[in-house]
Amino acid sequence: MNLLTNAAVNIQFDPMAFIHNLKHMGVGMLVIFAIIGIIILAIKLVNYLFSK
Amino acid sequence: MEILWQNLLAFDRYDLIMIAIGCLLVYLAIAKEMEPSLLLPMGFGTILVNIPFSDALVGPIQELYHAGIANELFPLLLFIGIGAMIDFGPLLSNPKLMLFGAAAQFGIFFTLCMASVFFPDFRDFFSIAIIGAADGPTSIAVANKLGSQYVGAITVAAYSYMALVPIIQPPVIKLLTTKKERRIRMPYEQKSVSKLTRILFPIIITVVASAIIPQATALIGFLMFGNLIRECGVLDSLSSTAQNVLANLITIFLGISVAFNMTADKFLQLDTLLIMGLGLVAFVVDTAGGVLFAKFLNLFLKNKVNPMIGAAGISAFPMSGRIVHKMALEEDPQNFLLMHSIGVNVSGQIASVIAGGIILNIAAKLMGG
Repeated sequence: MNLLTNAAVNIQFDPMAFIHNLKHMGVGMLVIFAIIGIIILAIKLVNYLFSK
Repeated sequence: MEILWQNLLAFDRYDLIMIAIGCLLVYLAIAKEMEPSLLLPMGFGTILVNIPFSDALVGPIQELYHAGIANELFPLLLFIGIGAMIDFGPLLSNPKLMLFGAAAQFGIFFTLCMASVFFPDFRDFFSIAIIGAADGPTSIAVANKLGSQYVGAITVAAYSYMALVPIIQPPVIKLLTTKKERRIRMPYEQKSVSKLTRILFPIIITVVASAIIPQATALIGFLMFGNLIRECGVLDSLSSTAQNVLANLITIFLGISVAFNMTADKFLQLDTLLIMGLGLVAFVVDTAGGVLFAKFLNLFLKNKVNPMIGAAGISAFPMSGRIVHKMALEEDPQNFLLMHSIGVNVSGQIASVIAGGIILNIAAKLMGG
């Protein structure tokens, strides 16, 4: 069993991994704002076209 | 008599700890009403699977797990019910609110970086990050799809912190805002939203999000399918079934089958404690991301927004929206932010699912898929 006594083998401590993965943070936030931006524009268009 | 002793002596301290954890989950569900619909079946399931020689684990729970969680079916079916429950009206009348939903997903990506410091396998730290979606079904679906070994711990963290949103969010909001900012009033202009707009909305969201992030198609598609059933106006019976019977039934199966991953060998690890800590980081940074984004927008806006509504951008619906409304009333009894905060809150539901798709998309590229 991989219990409390020897579980630490699954864990590392690599502070540089934070820096290495910052690109995923940048890409992720960029993509989410891009998608939400497109959706906002689409909703505004639909609201404009069908509000009456 | 000997058989009786043999079975009783088969209990070791780890089984007993897990049974105590199961009892704790049941207690929190009943006494503290913390996400009881999920924590109670999960807690009882934990008791069932940690009894030595239990025929519940290698039997019905294992079968339910493979039938509904390993293939992500249960979270997706639950999304139909959630979609049917949500009224996107406040969001449709002010779509700009969706920006706050996007900003409040910052905790996911920040936690991804944090978790990578401790967990070498990207499937694990990507899965842990999704706790920040503040959305149980998304967390389960993403962690399973990535094949993380920590599905149980991630599920417990996601649902526990969702239940603790009223405790986690207010101090973070107060720390990042001044009293003057918390008193900013935001007049609500009632705008009518046509039925056609309400019907087109789930279709637009599905097409746009899925076209850009195909890995989000199932997540966003099932959520929006539920909403389309609600809004179409000709399927009231199905809408009612999805909101009540379907959602309740799936929640029972989901809760008890997640317990498949709550055995001592999978759960009683230092990793679990670390995951719980990282989950808290995710919720705190989500809240901070939304609030700080609102403060950033205020630098450019003529009509300032109350930065507290940014905090409602996490997916924990409707708790987060209500908390912001309540905090605004505490500062100024005439400051009614409910419609704004609920609009931001439902946008968080959509944004969190899209964020789940983005996580899967990035992971697929890392896997070379």
